[in-house]
Amino acid sequence: MNDQNNDQVNETVLAVKDVYKIFGPSPNKAKKLLGEGKTKQDILKDTGNTVAVNGVSFEVKRGETFVVMGLSGSGKSTLIRCLNRLHDPTFGEVKVEGKDVVKLSDEDLRTVRREKMGMVFQHFGLFPHRTIRRNVDYGLEIQGVPEDERIERAYQSLELVGLKGYEEMKPGELSGGMQQRVGLARALVLDPDILLMDEAFSALDPLIKKNMQDELISLQEKVHKTIIFITHDLDEALKLGDRIAVMYEGEIVQIGTPEEILTNPANDYVRDFVENVDRSKVLTAESIMRKPVAVVASTAGPKAAVRRMEKEGISSIFVVDGTHKLKGIVDIEDAQKLSDEGVKDLDSVITQDYQTTPPDTIVVDLLPKASRAKNPIAVVDESNKLLGIIVRVSVITGISREIAKEGDARA
Amino acid sequence: MLDFLPQIPLGDWFEVFIDILDQYLGWFFEGASAVIRSTVSGFESFLIFIPALIMILAFTGLAYWLGKRNLAIFTFVGLFVIQFVDLWESAMSTLALVLVSSLIALLVGIPIGILASRSERADSIVRPVLDFMQTMPAFVYLIPAIILFERGNVAGTIATVIFAMPPVVRLTNLGIRQVPSDVMEAAKSLGSTARQLLYKIQLPMALPTILAGINQTIMLALSMVVIASMIGAGGLGSDVRAALSRVNIGFGFEAGIAVVMLAMIIDRITQAIGKRTQQY
Repeated sequence: MNDQNNDQVNETVLAVKDVYKIFGPSPNKAKKLLGEGKTKQDILKDTGNTVAVNGVSFEVKRGETFVVMGLSGSGKSTLIRCLNRLHDPTFGEVKVEGKDVVKLSDEDLRTVRREKMGMVFQHFGLFPHRTIRRNVDYGLEIQGVPEDERIERAYQSLELVGLKGYEEMKPGELSGGMQQRVGLARALVLDPDILLMDEAFSALDPLIKKNMQDELISLQEKVHKTIIFITHDLDEALKLGDRIAVMYEGEIVQIGTPEEILTNPANDYVRDFVENVDRSKVLTAESIMRKPVAVVASTAGPKAAVRRMEKEGISSIFVVDGTHKLKGIVDIEDAQKLSDEGVKDLDSVITQDYQTTPPDTIVVDLLPKASRAKNPIAVVDESNKLLGIIVRVSVITGISREIAKEGDARA
Repeated sequence: MLDFLPQIPLGDWFEVFIDILDQYLGWFFEGASAVIRSTVSGFESFLIFIPALIMILAFTGLAYWLGKRNLAIFTFVGLFVIQFVDLWESAMSTLALVLVSSLIALLVGIPIGILASRSERADSIVRPVLDFMQTMPAFVYLIPAIILFERGNVAGTIATVIFAMPPVVRLTNLGIRQVPSDVMEAAKSLGSTARQLLYKIQLPMALPTILAGINQTIMLALSMVVIASMIGAGGLGSDVRAALSRVNIGFGFEAGIAVVMLAMIIDRITQAIGKRTQQY
């Protein structure tokens, strides 16, 4: 990214200046009170106005990934909506390539939305009545692009996000991660300069979320968009952001590179945020284990065990007793053999061929165990109760996440 | 107890209002009468012109095409029952009245529902009017309908339209309002115009709900068409009324059964059409 033409890299694509979003009957009065140093709470109580975004300014360079981070209620989602005017800013200017979006007519605004800014939503916002292809080509359809071209570009865009072959399915048939890829393809098909991503991965499972983050990074290497990424997750912010803005109570309290944020937090709020991360940097077995859903009771027969393994797509399964205490593990081949022979009881094939670990073991220390084991590692408490299962791959991704984080912090 | 308070002649005022309407807008009501009369009689002659057997097979075929074998059987048997009790022509007259009044109710009601979904002010005006239309006893509509329109099918159609319109207005409004906000935001963020939002996102997503409203409207129209026989509307309603005035138990039962059959068949078929559209 950074070895490109320097002029282009340093060009400011998006300049946000003194943006306020105040919901309520008398925004002017509320702004005046803000100027007098009144708090948001007082203003809400006295005037009934809610100050969602309070005098925010920042600039984003071409090709940069700019993360806005804050807890829920900090105004970050309102802020991102001010950028493409899904919310009209009450005061301030939002300049896209030098042109103030706030002052645009409806028609010019539509042009900006169609050509300059794409948006990806937390809950995807897909059109359930349209196929995946027609979700993606919607933006082209409303511009009157001929159908042949629409289909071609939609297919390209879907291929870019790894969804080749799903074009004619409906959104409801896809998993969350895949739905969000559709959301991304739908925004990318218009080839916007700026990509607005509102908590785009927050609704996804942790593992899927991580994959999507990795893919966004590699995608970004191909498409070089300017990305505004909203998140409440500091890990995500550190991983994705070239720069991070920390938002609190509608204001940006600090803007900086991940390193600046980590090493030099501007105030207590940011410090608290960052300290949380430091603690969670030490990943434990508990934090990467999966819930032990794929287990069989020792009273279940071989047939049930085989069926369960087939359903989960695994080759061995843990056996537990009535109080969820771990008894052992069975292999699918052994269980199948018993089932074929008509034996009703699993006991004869239960083995102890697996590793166990307490929940507070640090992930790095699991690595030797994980690389030796052919079966998953069982996480058990003192009474041998099965708490979770760690498959080898999550140990490795857990560690690489650790390394990536340290890398980011030092970058 | 409250004798000292003046009485309000609300009824008199309404009478004056209707008189004024009749006097100054009589030309409009006469024109509307002519259009409705010819439309209803056109539908009626067409439906009666088609031989009963062909009609029965056509409806059965439709039910079967909708993928409901049981519904096809029920339709076939039900319509034959109507034919056997010799009420086919009456049933077709009723069907014509239902079709025309439902059509008018939908043509007026769906746009009102759309309007109410787009503006809080429109919604706050429409809502009490709908409450009024739905809770006012159905018979009350019949009286001004006779004055403003000619007695018979036209007055019957108008009373039916008023009575049957509320569900489709309400459910169109509801269906559009239920489109999730992130879907709307996504469509807007891609640069949709208001019209594109309406036709490509809101209406298609609201369609199952709107169809439920259409079904309700048609069912209400059918029930009102029977009542409208009191002001001279034809069809099965007038048979029921005739049976009532002659205290003819047998004939009344036959006409009643015919109404029930017609109602159930129309209901099931419109519902099946509704289900077909919501396969996502």
